[in-house]
Amino acid sequence: MDFTVSLLLGTFLLSVAALFAFVWSMSTGLFGDGTAAATQIFAPNELGTVEDPAATAAQKGKLQQTMDADRRDRMSVADAEARSRADGSTSLVVGVCLTLAVVWLVLASLAGLISSIKLHAPDWWVQYDWLTFGRIRPIHLNLVAYGWCSLAGIGVAIWLIPRLLKTELVGARYALVGGALWSIGVLVGTVAIATGHSDGLEWLEFPWQIDILLVVGGGLVGFPLWLTLLQRKVEHLYVSVWYIGAGLLWFPILFLIANWPGLHFGVQQAAMNWWYGHNVLALWFTPIGLAAAYYFIPKVLGKPIYSYNLSLLGFWSLAFFYSQVGGHHLIGGPVPSWLITISIVQSVMMVIPVFAVAVNQHLTVLGNFRVLIHSPTLRFIVLGAMMYTATSVQGSLESLRTVNTVTHFTHYTVAHAHLGLYGFFSMVMFGSIYFIMPRVMNSEWPYPKLIALHFWLVLIGFAIYFIWLSIGGWLQGLAMLDEKTPFIRSVALTLPYLQARSIGGGLMTLGHLIFAAHFFAMGWKFGPKRLGAALLGPSLFSPRLAKGAVA
Amino acid sequence: MNAKANVWDMDELRLITGAMVILGGATGILVVMPYLLLQNVTPPAALKPYTNEQLVGRQSYIANGCVYCHSQQPRDTKQAPDAKRGWGRPTVAGDYAYDTPHLLGTMRTGPDLMNIGARQPSKDWHLGHLYQPRAYTPGSIMPSYPYLFEVRKGQPKPGETVVNLPPALAKPDEVVVAKPEALALVSYLLSLDRTYPALAGEKR
Ligand code: HEC
Ligand code: HEM
Ligand code: HEM
Repeated sequence: MDFTVSLLLGTFLLSVAALFAFVWSMSTGLFGDGTAAATQIFAPNELGTVEDPAATAAQKGKLQQTMDADRRDRMSVADAEARSRADGSTSLVVGVCLTLAVVWLVLASLAGLISSIKLHAPDWWVQYDWLTFGRIRPIHLNLVAYGWCSLAGIGVAIWLIPRLLKTELVGARYALVGGALWSIGVLVGTVAIATGHSDGLEWLEFPWQIDILLVVGGGLVGFPLWLTLLQRKVEHLYVSVWYIGAGLLWFPILFLIANWPGLHFGVQQAAMNWWYGHNVLALWFTPIGLAAAYYFIPKVLGKPIYSYNLSLLGFWSLAFFYSQVGGHHLIGGPVPSWLITISIVQSVMMVIPVFAVAVNQHLTVLGNFRVLIHSPTLRFIVLGAMMYTATSVQGSLESLRTVNTVTHFTHYTVAHAHLGLYGFFSMVMFGSIYFIMPRVMNSEWPYPKLIALHFWLVLIGFAIYFIWLSIGGWLQGLAMLDEKTPFIRSVALTLPYLQARSIGGGLMTLGHLIFAAHFFAMGWKFGPKRLGAALLGPSLFSPRLAKGAVA
Repeated sequence: MNAKANVWDMDELRLITGAMVILGGATGILVVMPYLLLQNVTPPAALKPYTNEQLVGRQSYIANGCVYCHSQQPRDTKQAPDAKRGWGRPTVAGDYAYDTPHLLGTMRTGPDLMNIGARQPSKDWHLGHLYQPRAYTPGSIMPSYPYLFEVRKGQPKPGETVVNLPPALAKPDEVVVAKPEALALVSYLLSLDRTYPALAGEKR
């Protein structure tokens, strides 16, 4: 224990020292001037021009006014056309991936809601084996993780690549085949869990035969990125490219090692399980979520990120520290104690990348918070970025031994899990999809009010979910630690909180149904046509728009 | 690349190399090292390998997702009162010598089950509890598992195991027969017993 305390203290001092060293090196220009690289995502003369295809004409006018009311320069027609071609090169594959993602989202939410209700109504729908809590819950997890989050992430990543590299996507068909294989894998894997053929490891339930589809699919999805990189027309690789590139490399390797049949055993398998379990969050979802936030925040605002150099620090320290935190899922378990200590130390060190990302993203928005009123995209993404900071700070605390002793086996962990994968990742994906789909479909969102409805439903629902479950989980943990409290007390006291979660989760699910309905209404070109708000062409450059004169 | 490009500029090669080195390091620490260290752990003499029926039951434990509510890893008394709840001593790697896939679990919606066979050795209790947990522990939120049983009017066939339900639940003209899967599951639960002392010298 003393050893751990001193290690933790040492870590803290080290991280503070590292921060100072970094600030010093930046002030002396050791990292070079990042301006060129930070403005890489803009066309010449584009800085200061807002872009949010999800906004109505009126919103866009106000957005522009908030940021830069006297905007006069335009990006050249040639540049606009080049971007149009870049967007066009991904339409099909991105449209397919995002459509599949939305379908998975709806199914996953229903599975989550059923799991949630079953926890406080244990005799509800018990006659079918495939609907038992122990199957519908992993179905929920796998559908959100590999169905919704992964396919949304893949769709967004592929769409970003040509924009980031200012060229057309090369090899879209590989990604299309990859996305299809992946989705087939998710479908068959879900059926396997429902019929009782789970592999038994959390996050790795799909049988290994089916995992092959995800490894090959994931590899194929990454292929076009590397082909397109060879054709790139930009001098500097923007931050988002690093995150996407690394994430697309990391995932297939992680998944392959984790699922290799016959390789892992007993306690070693448990260590491997959480090496994977945390890395799929750290090296797959988080990089893609951050890549999207790093692109859309500056792009919508028409203003480069606060500090390019800080993002460099954020990237490498995230990769280094985050990849070694798996042991914090096994605190108190039968694994070697050095392994757990290393993981706790690295979990605390995570404050460095989290701080770098937070400063960078929040300072870019700082002073312009009014844009959240006008930009549907940013409303989701900025909130998501804030929840990233919140989850991570919570996570660092939660990995400390004293805190983890209370929270480890409780619903508190589940609340944290949703703060991360829902509050952060899913929110960023919602915002990105609202931005991207108008470009993919070449039409605007038919009912802008539904975007607001979706936002408020999931925000309120999620707030209920997270706050009540965190309180309930904490109390549950305290009850379990008190030897004089009978175990069943720790069960009984969570009931009201579990019921509150069903209400919150129900609102979230409703929000997702509305989102999906809106998505498909757009896909089928259903609903009113508004003034070409979404088009890259004239509307964006209309000088009248800049004055907010068009309603 | 222009002349101004500096050492910190990112390019493809740096990205790939850096990403792979870092992943390699993490994999070395969290996967390869435990592999090398735990490879030669010998099973304690008092720990018996699972019988075929117990293995079938373990498979059913996996298929029905008991692991999402039950852990199998009592913690040290210095950390938590697990032993005082009767869940057993802290486990060591050797205790899991026959446990692949591992079922350590991350939730305690229900109690730890590492030593349930020692704590609750009654087959009847387990069968009845699986059929309807609330008949044994009022207020339990464990799901009931009617699909592991067959409820019939009339007499059981020879060789069938009838579940002895508590009077409140039993109906006079009905028998509840345990399906083979339920019997295997219970035989697995009864085998969960690590009450022998931990091997000397095996530390965590
Ligand atoms: C939704 C969560 C949940 C699931 C899934 C679940 N249980 Fe339980 N289990 C509980 C709770 C809560 C208790 C404590 C109350 C009680 O005894 O019923 C419990 C108690 C038990 C006990 C008694 C433990 C003791 O110390 O007396 C056993 C044995 C058990 N469960 C076995 C199983 C098996 C086998 C499965 C899978 C088929 C399973 N459980 C699935 C929640 C769950
Ligand atoms: C500094 C960053 C973070 C740290 C140190 C951290 C730490 C932790 C800890 C200690 C647990 C609890 C393990 C347990 O007791 O069982 C946990 C669980 C979890 N975290 Fe984080 N977290 C961080 C960020 C995130 C982010 C950004 C996400 C989402 C993308 C996330 C998603 C999850 C999930 C899904 C779980 C549940 C895993 C499971 O049990 O299935 N975390 N995290
Ligand atoms: C679409 C966004 C969602 C994501 C990304 C998500 C993610 C997750 C994750 C990662 C877990 C595993 C937690 C852990 O092991 O600690 C989980 C479990 C769970 N989720 Fe969700 N979820 C989402 C939506 C929902 C909704 C709408 C509900 C409805 C109430 C819900 C209810 C549950 C329940 C009940 C569990 C099981 C908790 C337990 O085992 O006790 N989720 N979810």
